[in-house]
Parts: sequence; C-alpha cells; structure tokens
Amino acid sequence: MTFLNFFINGISLGSIYAIIALGYTMVYGIAKMLNFAHGDVIMIGAYVCFYAISRYKLPAFVGVIGAVLICTILGIIVERLAYKPLRQAPSLAVLITAIGVSYLLQNSALLMWSSNPKFFKPIIARGAFKFFDGQLSISHITILTIATCVLIMIALSVFINRSRLGKAMRACSEDKGAAQLMGINVNATISLTFAIGSGLAAIAGALLCSAYPTLTPTTGSLPGIKAFTAAVFGGIGSIPGAFLGCLMLGVIEIFAKSYISSQLSDAVVFAVLIIVLLVKPAGLLGRMTQEKV
Amino acid sequence: MSEQNKKEALPQNKNGASPLLKVDNINVYYGSIHAIKGISFEVKSGEIVTLIGANGAGKSTTLNTISGLLHPTTGDINFLEHSIVKIQPHKIVEQGIAQVPEGRRIFAQMTVRENLEMGAYIQSDGNEIKNDIEKVYELFPRLKERRKQIAGTLSGGEQQMLAMGRALMSRPKLLMLDEPSMGLAPILVEQIFKIIADVHKTGATILLVEQNAQMALSIADRGYVMETGKIITTGTGKDLLSSDEIKKAYLGG
Ligand SMILES: Nc1ncnc2c1ncn2[C@@H]1O[C@H](COP(=O)(O)OP(=O)(O)OP(=O)(O)O)[C@@H](O)[C@H]1O
Ligand SMILES: [Mg+2]
Repeated sequence: MTFLNFFINGISLGSIYAIIALGYTMVYGIAKMLNFAHGDVIMIGAYVCFYAISRYKLPAFVGVIGAVLICTILGIIVERLAYKPLRQAPSLAVLITAIGVSYLLQNSALLMWSSNPKFFKPIIARGAFKFFDGQLSISHITILTIATCVLIMIALSVFINRSRLGKAMRACSEDKGAAQLMGINVNATISLTFAIGSGLAAIAGALLCSAYPTLTPTTGSLPGIKAFTAAVFGGIGSIPGAFLGCLMLGVIEIFAKSYISSQLSDAVVFAVLIIVLLVKPAGLLGRMTQEKV
Repeated sequence: MSEQNKKEALPQNKNGASPLLKVDNINVYYGSIHAIKGISFEVKSGEIVTLIGANGAGKSTTLNTISGLLHPTTGDINFLEHSIVKIQPHKIVEQGIAQVPEGRRIFAQMTVRENLEMGAYIQSDGNEIKNDIEKVYELFPRLKERRKQIAGTLSGGEQQMLAMGRALMSRPKLLMLDEPSMGLAPILVEQIFKIIADVHKTGATILLVEQNAQMALSIADRGYVMETGKIITTGTGKDLLSSDEIKKAYLGG
C-alpha cells in the first residue's frame, strides 16, 4: 500500500513537471530555443497567487486566474524584448540571454518580495480521501493536480491537432519560411506559444506551492530544470513525450526519495536521464534531427 | 505579335496599362553578397511570364524578395499599383501573391489535407475552404487518394502536386512557381506543365522560374533571362526559344 501511495505521489509530482515541461517543449518546438527563464515564470506565478490569496484575501481561483494572466503577459513581453531581436542569432547567444532573463526575474523577485520564504496557502482545502481503512490516502491537492494535468494535456492536444492556430503552430515548427508563404504570421504564432507556455507555468506554480508550500525567489529553478530534463527525457519538442517523461521522472524521484535517500534523489533522477540519453539520444519519443541545441 | 494582341483582348487585361506586378530596379544582398543587381521586370494580368537562368543566377532570391521573405536595399516592387517592399510576408499572401517554393517545402509531418488547409490559412469561410480543397483534388486526383497520408511520405511528384495545390488554396492573383519540374521524370514534368497551363486558364497570372528553359518558354507569353543577378535578355517565349544565344546557353545547342 505504501508503494501505491508513493506511486500516486510520484504521478502527482510528475503532473506538475508535465505542465511545466509543456512550456519548454512547445517553445523549443517552435522557436527552437531553450527558454531557461521558464522556471522563474513559475515562481512569479506562485508569488502573484500568494499575494492574491494571503494578502488580498481573494478566492483561490481568482488568484490562479490572476497569476495566469500576469504570467501570460510576462511571457509575451520577455519574448518580444529579449528573444525576438535574436531570431537570427546563433543559438548560444539565445541560450545565454535566456539564462540572463532567468537571473533578472529571480533578482527582481528578490527585490520586490525579499528572500524570506513565504508560506503558501494551498489553493484547495487541505485534506485527503482515505481508502482501505486509511492505508491509502490521496490528498485533495494530489487529485486536483493530476486532474488539472490530464485536462490540460487533452485540451492542448486537441488545440494543436485540430484548431487552425494549433496547426499553424505545427507548420511554424516545421518550416517558418514556408509557413509565412501560407500567410501565417510567424511572430504572432511564436508570441502565442510563449503566452500559452507561461500561462501554464502559472498554473504549475500554484499547484507546486500548494503541495510544497515554501515559496522563495528560487522556488522555480529546480522544478524548471527537472521539467526540462524530463522533456529531454521524453524527446524534446514532443508533447506526449514530455508528458510521459515527466510522469516517469516524478515517480522515479519519489521512489528514490522514499526508498533510497532524500538527499540522493536528484542524483538518481539525473543518472537515469543520462542512461536514457545514452541509449536513446533523441529521448523516449523524440525524433532524430540534426537540430543544434 | 498576334499572340500579344490576343492577350490584350482578354477581360483580365482591360487595365493593361498598369501591370499586375512591377519590379523596379531592386538590389538584394545576403550580408555582403550582392545577389540581385538592379533588376526590373513586370508581369501583366493574365500572363505567364518565366524567369530562366543558370544555377545561382538569383531567380529564387527574386521570388523570395517579392514574397517579402527578403528585402531589397534599394528599388521598389509594386503589386496592383501598391508598393509591397515594406509589407510582411503573411500580408503579401493576403494581397494575392502565392509562391510554390523551390524544393516544395511541404509540411512533411502534417497530412496532405492539413497541408492544403494551411494553404487556405488566410481564408476564413470553412465551406469555401472545403470547396477549394475539392477543386484541388479535381486538379490532382492523386492527392485525394492520399489525403490522410503524412505528406513527408509522398513521392517527389506527389509532393510537387501538393505544393502547387497548397499555393492555390489561397486563391492567388499571382502564382509564383520556383522550379516545379526539379527532380521529376520527363513524363511528370509534362504533367506538371499541363497543370500550370490549366491553372492559367482558370484566370491566374503566373510567374514561373525554371531551369528547364525549353518547357518554360514554350508555355510562357514572355521570358526574362537572368545571369549572376542581372536580367540580360527579354522577349516573347517564342522569340527567346528561337534566339541563337539562348539556344546555345540554355537549350543545349
Ligand atoms: N541564404 C543565402 N546566403 C548567402 N548567399 C545566398 C543565399 N541564398 C542564395 N545565395 C546566393 O545568391 C545567389 C543567387 O541565389 P539563388 O538561390 O537566388 O539562385 P537561383 O537562380 O535560384 O539558382 P538555382 O537555379 O540553383 O536555384 C547565389 O550566388 C547564391 O550563392
Ligand atoms: Mg533557385
């Protein structure tokens, strides 16, 4: 039973990673860049949510919606100001810029909100459903997290595969020049991708801090890196790959924490990633391309 | 000459005084490489005009500049009497210029039908898009058979048909084709040229870039010959076909 408990917690953690990884993988698929600042957008989202709920006493869902809106706008602004001017630049320059943006966001948060941890009030009442005479207990936030992740995955798949804008995104990810010749506004499509990714990051931030309530300006970095890792693990650029990779990573992390050692869990996680990439360089579901990262 | 007069009588050519497309002394650079050195030409409504020339002459660069993917440093391009040099590529498609790019550049991971839908990106009426897709299927029955297939798995000829069908989906006033015969067997080349002629009959104006000068000149009203970024000769398709200079340089004797 404890095994099942751990497994469900792993899936829940993996679901948060998956929501974060979507932002990485969609942006990579279309802008062909790794947006290392993505993790820090999660943190900004969590702070917005925190202030809305704890300081201004707004209902939780209003806080989450506010966080989504602000992060969406933040994502669009970051793309316009920092990345768009580098559209033709070498990928290394873009990568360094992304790291710069990440520090900028963290330090801005430090200035505005200080390094003192904030205690995040969960967006859903604490509590758990008990099964098998209390041997198996699933918390409300776990259920909300998994349900949200599944919902987002379904909605996004339908959007990308069926809608006109979603198809335009796929066209841009394949060939921007040809997409322009179809009348697709490539810049607007890239903005849209950043907007969606950042909005999802805000949701991930709210869920993450509801499960792990200590909020600091660096809260987003490690989950961001892990979600990115999981996206690579699943095959960067592939949404189902990111989903699968993240769930596996979440489960591995919780198992490593519970059965091996909580200090070593991150080391185990990254060791597994290295092994997978040695065996399948393109990731679990990735396509082999000559794309430079 | 009589050919020319007949064209003048076509309804599309009523306002024949101002050409549909007018390229005026444009210069285009790739960094420090001067790829287009002050070329001018025009395409009148209802015409088939061809740009021929050897590898690296600057034909694709010219088409990409018209499409707005590249920008001339000097000179002007007018479409329907409005300058389009400062307009973004997706807006140029909206104005009525479609390009079938060199090497087809279909969306390989999307289905045939999705590729056609992308071609209709600027159209908003779902029913009309459906009708247009049916029209493309009539023109290329092979595409209808393959409509659910992933485009990357089509043969070269089928991909060319898809690229042409996709461009037609935007209902262009001017259709630009960049080497549609590239890499195709002779029988397919003939089929593609027949389709170009068919499309022309439906009222589209065509700017055709070709290495296959013989074929291109035989269906074209007029042709321009490019060499290292310049236009060196121009004339009617017939005249260029029979010109000794052209024969020697491009038609193999
Ligand atoms: N992206 C680029 N960067 C630098 N130079 C380029 C680029 N594209 C084309 N060129 C150069 O510009 C010139 C014209 O090229 P362009 O592709 O327009 O020729 P083309 O007439 O279409 O040739 P082909 O028949 O081989 O397609 C060539 O000298 C080419 O090397
Ligand atoms: Mg070319």
